[in-house]
Amino acid sequence: MHQFKYHSVGSVEEACGLLSEHGEEAKIICGGQSLVILLKEGMLFPSYLIDVKGLSELDYIKYDEKDGLRIGATTTHRSVEKSDEIRARLPILAEMEKTVASLAVRNWGTVGGSLAHADPASDLATTLLALGAKLTLTCAEGERVVEADNFFVDYFETTLRPDELLTEIHIPHHEKGRGHFYKFALRSTDLAAVNAAVYLMASPEDPWFCRDVRISMGSVGPTSLRSKRAEEVLRGQSVNDKLIAEAARLASEDAQPNSDINGSEEFKRDIVKVLVSRCINRALSYEMN
Amino acid sequence: METLRLKINGESVEAQIDPGMTLQEFLHGKLGMTGTKLGCGIGMCGCCTVIVDGKAAKSCIMLAVQASGKSVETIEGLADEQSLDPVQEAFVHNGAIQCGFCSPGQIMASRAFLNECPNPTEDEVRHALSGNLCRCTGYHKIVQAVLKASQIQEQ
Repeated sequence: MHQFKYHSVGSVEEACGLLSEHGEEAKIICGGQSLVILLKEGMLFPSYLIDVKGLSELDYIKYDEKDGLRIGATTTHRSVEKSDEIRARLPILAEMEKTVASLAVRNWGTVGGSLAHADPASDLATTLLALGAKLTLTCAEGERVVEADNFFVDYFETTLRPDELLTEIHIPHHEKGRGHFYKFALRSTDLAAVNAAVYLMASPEDPWFCRDVRISMGSVGPTSLRSKRAEEVLRGQSVNDKLIAEAARLASEDAQPNSDINGSEEFKRDIVKVLVSRCINRALSYEMN
Repeated sequence: METLRLKINGESVEAQIDPGMTLQEFLHGKLGMTGTKLGCGIGMCGCCTVIVDGKAAKSCIMLAVQASGKSVETIEGLADEQSLDPVQEAFVHNGAIQCGFCSPGQIMASRAFLNECPNPTEDEVRHALSGNLCRCTGYHKIVQAVLKASQIQEQ
């Protein structure tokens, strides 16, 4: 393994200070469930490794009726999976987390790490796009908030600057929102071959009337992406099978899959169609809060 | 070099290590605790599973320095002077061990899981052990052993 200096930090300030000082030569490690593999495989060569796993100040799940859900960056996948608050308010997140890797990996891997790593197959990324999440990026000078939509740039690349630390995920409150996430993989614990998430907001009077919707898919492009054309089909409409099929077809067209060991491009487009259709149906049939 | 201080199976351990050393390399290579095995080396097969601060962990993708100040349990520490852990008993009696290579990892993952979830369904056991691969047994007897161990403990 490449030789590096290891620093375990005790505060966000300390982490940001080190990032300011070392910039491109430093990498953040938290759960390490992706990063250690990259180090072992000789794909990363940091001079400094900044360990933020000890930052309990970033390990939290907070829900507020008006503000929505806030999750600190060092919160583990397992915490999100088991959180009573999340199961009650945003079950799509808990259901998604059950499908991520395996239990031991979820025990240590964190939501912040997952997003910063930006694997194109990330289940969390797809789900956060559907939820309209916002991410707080912190540096020594202050912080900025970016839409998850604008955070992922390319394969394993985000808008994080070298001196920035991802500190919080914020999912704003959505009135009468329900969602469903689906992951298609060849084997349990595999990364997704295709994943999809749908989150829609119905009207208080008619659970089948779609006021607003977000449709996202992952592992079918350099980053998770939304199909805005599919969303347009449902938005402001009474949803029926014909509209669902049309939305699924458009999402399938908007996907940018590569042919690989998981399947051909055509196969993956077919799977997108199935998953998006299934997610819309399942989201609509959840009981309203 | 970093100074690593941690507890392993209840005993305080201190060592000077390269920060790039994984916990599995530390346990197996440096300390000679060969129960924690290297399989795939990328956190997928589960042969390296140990328990850190009460939670199952894949030691081949954890840097040893990240276990600093923590409490690590390995297969070597599971049985006491008198008897095997109920999970170990159940594995032996149910024929859940063939070549034995995956067994320490399976047992540690099962032990950690039953500590969290003492009365699981079969589906829950299968889901919890999805990160532990076995080439020999076909998993059935492993799953039955874990269910049996949970029943033994209930008594």
